Amino acid sequence: MVTKTIFEKSVKNRTGFSLANSKIKTDVKELIPDKLRRKKQPNLPEVSELDALRHYIEISAKNHFIEKGFYPLGSCTMKYNPQINEMVCTLPGFTHIHPMQPEASVQGALEIMYELQKDLANISGFSQVSLQPVAGAQGEFTGVNIIYNYHKSKSRDPKKIIMPDSSHGTNPATTTMHGFEVVEIKSTDEGKVDLEALKEVVDDDVAGFMLTNPNTLGVFETQVKEIADIIHSVGGLMYMDGANMNAILGYIRPGDMGFDITHFNLHKTFSTPHGGGGPGNGGVGVTAELEEFLPSPIISKKEGKYYLDYSAENSIGKVHSFFGNFAVMVKAYMYIKMLGEKGLKRVAENAVINSNYVMNQIKEYFPVPFHDDIMHEFVASGKNYREYGIKTLDIAKRLLDYGVHAPTIYFPLIVKEALMIEPTETEGKETLDGFIEAMKIISKEAKENPEELKKAPTKPPIARLDETEAIKNLDIKFDFNQEK
Amino acid sequence: MPFISNTEEQIRKMLQTIGVSSFKELLKNIPDELFVKNNLGLDAPLSEIEIAKKVTQLSKKNISTQENINFLGGGIYDHFIPAAVDYITSRPEFYSAYTPYQAEVSQGTLQFIYEFQTMICELTGMDAANASMYDGASAAAEALLMAKHYNRKKKFLIADTIHPLYKEVIKTYTSALDVEIVYIPQEDGQVNIEFIKDNIDKDVAAVLVQSPNFFGIIEDMKKIDPIVHKQRRTLLIAAVDPISLMLLNSPAEYNADIVVGEGQALGNHQNYGGPLFGFFASKKKFVRKMPGRIIGATHDTQDRRGYVMTLQTREQHIRRDKATSNICTNESLCALAATVYMVLLGKKGLRKVSEQCLQKSHYLFDKINNIDGFEPAFSAPFFKEFVVRSDFEVDLVLRNMFEKGYFAGIDLTPYGYDDHLLIAVTEKRTKAELDNFAKKLEEDTKKLYL
Repeated sequence: MVTKTIFEKSVKNRTGFSLANSKIKTDVKELIPDKLRRKKQPNLPEVSELDALRHYIEISAKNHFIEKGFYPLGSCTMKYNPQINEMVCTLPGFTHIHPMQPEASVQGALEIMYELQKDLANISGFSQVSLQPVAGAQGEFTGVNIIYNYHKSKSRDPKKIIMPDSSHGTNPATTTMHGFEVVEIKSTDEGKVDLEALKEVVDDDVAGFMLTNPNTLGVFETQVKEIADIIHSVGGLMYMDGANMNAILGYIRPGDMGFDITHFNLHKTFSTPHGGGGPGNGGVGVTAELEEFLPSPIISKKEGKYYLDYSAENSIGKVHSFFGNFAVMVKAYMYIKMLGEKGLKRVAENAVINSNYVMNQIKEYFPVPFHDDIMHEFVASGKNYREYGIKTLDIAKRLLDYGVHAPTIYFPLIVKEALMIEPTETEGKETLDGFIEAMKIISKEAKENPEELKKAPTKPPIARLDETEAIKNLDIKFDFNQEK
Repeated sequence: MPFISNTEEQIRKMLQTIGVSSFKELLKNIPDELFVKNNLGLDAPLSEIEIAKKVTQLSKKNISTQENINFLGGGIYDHFIPAAVDYITSRPEFYSAYTPYQAEVSQGTLQFIYEFQTMICELTGMDAANASMYDGASAAAEALLMAKHYNRKKKFLIADTIHPLYKEVIKTYTSALDVEIVYIPQEDGQVNIEFIKDNIDKDVAAVLVQSPNFFGIIEDMKKIDPIVHKQRRTLLIAAVDPISLMLLNSPAEYNADIVVGEGQALGNHQNYGGPLFGFFASKKKFVRKMPGRIIGATHDTQDRRGYVMTLQTREQHIRRDKATSNICTNESLCALAATVYMVLLGKKGLRKVSEQCLQKSHYLFDKINNIDGFEPAFSAPFFKEFVVRSDFEVDLVLRNMFEKGYFAGIDLTPYGYDDHLLIAVTEKRTKAELDNFAKKLEEDTKKLYL
């Protein structure tokens, strides 16, 4: 079922909006000189409120979302988003406050931010947290900038940041965007950082090391302390990409593993929804030594009053116009307050058990090359089906027919035909069993009826889409001339 | 335990299947020293009823712009948002979905972004727009980086009249890069065009100008265009207020190459300054250098029209250290709010909002400048926000007006403009509210004279 664009539904002079006529009727031409006035009016649609709602409800039904079904998208931690968070964060005392209001008029907001800073510091084993970065990648940028400013403060100018070849794409992208040079090192056969390879590239020109722990293979880097010692021995700093923190909540803290900086993904670990791509929050935690470099302001408390604290003299400055994604912070705050320490530990336990359970059941069909010390996710391979002409893409698309969102595919790059599977803690055994069953059926289909599998998906509102055509005949906005 | 489905019995069975006796056994290779020794020091957990009560109380400790009459702007504006916008953005089909990696089960997200891109292109007159950036400030910073990648030049000329927080974010984004930033000084609240003429040369990667600028003033972009484009491959970047584009020159009319801006004004709540969203648009020839996600239309195997993420080889998950930007998570749900907002208002509604902002702000401007002790700071034309210079201590005026139930504006002292007050007026303010505000301001400041 194809839905026309909203532009094709436009009817001249229809509107979905009412605004009282103003009693102030000065002629626009008197207020803006002719040369500054727009000549060609933009072509916005004209529809009624009902037209608009029908349109967006119709297309919304074409989405897969967490309340509809299982979402084992590796590295993305698609857990359930508690409804109470969504309800409370829309209270007017949160939605209708302006960032330039006097501090006395936003004490409730500042208290939430202060408490969240403190809770995240406790959860990560760090001394202070900035909530300002609004996404994981911006958290990384903030972290790398702190690394840069830390070295600068010591009159050093190292150029290199090291990371394993299994790292998230944002790690190398952030590093070069900031102005550092990326040094990638190979992983061992166990999927861990190769200490020998690391020692070979480490020298005085190393500014830091970026590591996700557990890493993107879902494997816990058991030698993380040794890695930290090697990096620290040349004056470098350890950065933890916090995307996989769900696996270790309450049990292991980045601050205790030898890391100096980490970012949190509130939109993964702390249950704030992903919004179809954002908004997120990529707050950054640091050791006491690095506190002075955090973005300003942080929220502090004095004589019972909360305030925006700009006192950090060596602050890297700002990464966001204001204080970050406040509405997202409210949800994460509530989540942590509802779970407490015991609840956070249950999260890690169930995330790890669910992942190991699924791996255990499907590895016979989809081998898992790196399977020791698996935590909250694992990476299986679809390579066994190449001989039947089946690619991981076909397997992923077939899963959509079984009502499951596909795992992350073709990442990390070091696993051939990768299927990165993260069940999360909120799923129950029956859901996992259903997924395992679907994977077994697909395995059978791949061998017995590969041609059918290549036609997948058949159940979603649309069949497989031609990405090559999208690039070749670039069509990224509606063509109003074509309509006529 | 809330939000966890497995029962103890199920967990026991699953551990058995895995072949371990306990959760801890799964972590057996992790050195003991890494585990948390003491408690984390978090509060005891609260039930849903307790947390709802607690947080509702916290929300009431804030004084909202529904209670006080609001004249705060400075990048975040108190525009009216139809209920239907929140109705759509609170659909879990949209907010509980991830990035549309699997196009066949993400057509809802992909189609609205395609429509969003179209409307941003319509407003700006550009050929291409992406799916959103973090905010206007980071969009401006990324536009500069994009220009640098395009022409390999190293100097930026940036209007001193852009939002000061944009300057700070740009500084952070470029702090370690081999670039030079030259600020174009202001004259009567506008950029000094002669300065651009005198300082532009072949090494300038881009000229960034905001219009309306931080002071609310409309810059004379048509005069800036030929100066910038006289230089080979030097780009003109415009930062704009989307609401203003219904009345003011579209950036295409002054030949901008890249257009960015803060999108919050389009259907998004103030939310204490976040989430916001940046929009990012450009001429077609730069599309392959653009940061962020771009959605394109294509067809499925049965020749039905559908949407996919396209030109992905620009992005970090494919290109890694060669990507055009590190952006991954963006502000998609805010772009949805903007989409529904623009659709509901349509061309007439949005124009009406734009006109009322213009008319009402000018009405208040005249009223305030008729009060003894206030005068216009600048004479250049403005849109919905203006600066007045005051004989009184601005901080004191603001505090007194706050007591009377007003967020009266932004004190520009911290930005280097002592005795200056920035006031924003949206379509939400009524004539009676403006009259009352001016009256109270007059009464209050009269007392200060005594």
